[in-house]
Amino acid sequence: MIDFLTLLQVLDSSLRLATPLLLVCLAGLFSERAGIFDIGLEGKLLAAAFVSAAFAAITGSVWLGLLAGILASIMLSLLHGLASITLRGDQIISGVAINFLAAGLTVVIAQDLFGQGGRTPPLKSGGRFEPINFPGATSSKEINDAGPLLQLYSELFSGHSLLVYIALLTVPISWFVLYKTRYGLRLRAVGENPAAVDTAGISVIGLRYSAVVIGGVLCGIAGAYIATSLQANFTKDMSAGRGFIALAALIFAKWRPWYALGACLLFGFFFAVDTRFQNILLPAWALSGFLIFIALGLMSYVWKKDLLDKVVLGGLALGISVIAIMVISSVWNSGTSSQIKIPVVFIQSLPYILTVVVLAGFVGKAIPPRAGGQPYVKER
Amino acid sequence: MDVMPKWIDRIVVPLISLFLAAFLSALLILAIGESPIAALNLMIEGTLFRSAGWGYMLYYTTNFIFTGLAVSVAFHAALFNIGGEGQAMIGGLGVALVCLFIPWPHWTLAILGASIGAALFGMIWAGLPAYLQAKRGSHIVITTIMFNFIAAGVLNFFLVDVLKPKGSMDPASANFPASTHLPTFQDLASLFGFEKAFRSAPANVSFFIALLACVAVWYLIWRSPLGYEIRALGKSGPAARYAGVRPVKIIMIAMMISGALCGMMAINTTQGESERLILNFTEGAGFIGIAVALMGRSHPLGVLLAALLFGFLYQGGAELALWTKIPRELIVVIQALVILFTGALSLMVRAPLESFFMSMQKAKG
Repeated sequence: MIDFLTLLQVLDSSLRLATPLLLVCLAGLFSERAGIFDIGLEGKLLAAAFVSAAFAAITGSVWLGLLAGILASIMLSLLHGLASITLRGDQIISGVAINFLAAGLTVVIAQDLFGQGGRTPPLKSGGRFEPINFPGATSSKEINDAGPLLQLYSELFSGHSLLVYIALLTVPISWFVLYKTRYGLRLRAVGENPAAVDTAGISVIGLRYSAVVIGGVLCGIAGAYIATSLQANFTKDMSAGRGFIALAALIFAKWRPWYALGACLLFGFFFAVDTRFQNILLPAWALSGFLIFIALGLMSYVWKKDLLDKVVLGGLALGISVIAIMVISSVWNSGTSSQIKIPVVFIQSLPYILTVVVLAGFVGKAIPPRAGGQPYVKER
Repeated sequence: MDVMPKWIDRIVVPLISLFLAAFLSALLILAIGESPIAALNLMIEGTLFRSAGWGYMLYYTTNFIFTGLAVSVAFHAALFNIGGEGQAMIGGLGVALVCLFIPWPHWTLAILGASIGAALFGMIWAGLPAYLQAKRGSHIVITTIMFNFIAAGVLNFFLVDVLKPKGSMDPASANFPASTHLPTFQDLASLFGFEKAFRSAPANVSFFIALLACVAVWYLIWRSPLGYEIRALGKSGPAARYAGVRPVKIIMIAMMISGALCGMMAINTTQGESERLILNFTEGAGFIGIAVALMGRSHPLGVLLAALLFGFLYQGGAELALWTKIPRELIVVIQALVILFTGALSLMVRAPLESFFMSMQKAKG
């Protein structure tokens, strides 16, 4: 088994990796709660990462970098707003375009400014958000000798950059704004029934624009975090699908702020486990037993359903059973206590698989805001 | 009633969008200190004035025809298949399994088998999100995005843990046997005595399969009862239901055709070009399909033309990266602008045209 300190280190890195997810997830939360789907989170994150790293590298000030990153992200949000709110275009298509725009422009501009193959130069101190050490926390050299409580305090609570604490703070703030203020009530209403909000004399367009701009600010902070804190420069495509994982976390969290925290920490944990442990061993018999259990569950579910259900879910159950049988046959000769290596890619794919399961509605159905994705056309 | 003549909607609107995208890209090229005119000349010379340039362009075009058609078919059913990338990856897996484990006597049979394998695998990969949309109401855009990532994981697993030959370091399958290798345009040209044409360019016979796919999709969508049902569902769900169209069936079929087309992209890249299965062989073609379908107005002919345009841009972009300090990613920017103007901001392009035609009609009558 792993010791307490290793566990703390994994949790610590989970928190670091969850931070950008959380900020982007809350960005998506505001936007989608107002009825604007945002596939372009990834693009905003990437653009903000680049602009903040570039400004921090040129000016030497991480705060200017953060500000510039937020501004860049807001610009893309406004573009999304223009396309999907004012011009009533397709929100998905606009998001896809924004992702490509960010992926292309960041590299083209980075190459022009710095000539390093689409990267920014490494940031010196002052150009980065440094870890904040709480009073009384031990340094990493002495942590092995410290007691468990001090280890917990020094490793997990202390020593993160300011943006991590800001990200954690945005959760209660978002909850308060969405559920305890008049603005939040209106915002949620505009995502469910914009016509009713309009009838009450409140501007649907204004509310929706405000929501995408809030999303822009949050994505901007997230971008600055990955480029100036998690890493020390911008590299090509450094957002690495985090915008989409945040989208997955948003669904997993059923569009609620506190659940979003949980979902992002869980997904962050998967990534921390994935980077920390190269070989994850599980007891082979228990694993295949679990798989057969799922397969049997699926089969009993489709027993009285349509042919289509039988073919699709039955096929899925069959596939899972085949994997279970392969697992058993690979350890058939080496006894019941043998272990099997879990492919690394499986841990990486777990967030997506879990999201699909939640979306499918077999475990806790996720119901999106009702007016999501539809442009609002004012009645005349 | 349509305000504008159809040809304005189908030809002028995409062309204006393209012009806007080109104009903004030209500004970007100016901003990084290069000449847009020189860049365009370089792209045309490197692509259209050499047979090898054509060979590369048509290779990219083949990919974009498949993915563009795939996105179009889904669009006709009002579904947004953003998972072309994943479906193509799994299609590649199908091609690899067919080519590696079945002893094909000749490439003509091998390409048939590989096409079936690719289409079948792509179909299955699109079928699951389709099922979740049709029966469980899960939004197809989100599920197909998730399936892209899962597909990348599956491909990675197969290449690293299953198909990689023993002792090899890079995550790729073994080379396919020689009898499955497809004739390239160079081979075809030398049959007619032009040994020097299309030298070392990757375009191969799967280009003709892509052309066949265009015809097949045209027939399916505009000439078959199934296509009629797909379009009816896409135009208006309630009306189609009232007319007896079963949405579940149509969603499944449209998505599976879409997935099959995306999967078939792999016969060009995997069987035709790399002749083994490699990581990242899709190179974003699944996403470019979205731009191609939007630009081509979801019509096979439009898709073919848009795929040629994007093939030209991709080969031209490679030339630019080679000879100037304009990186290849400029093409990604152009692609983004095309998607933006033809898709999300289309009202911005159409509204002035529509009001122009409205005033014309008023003046007349």
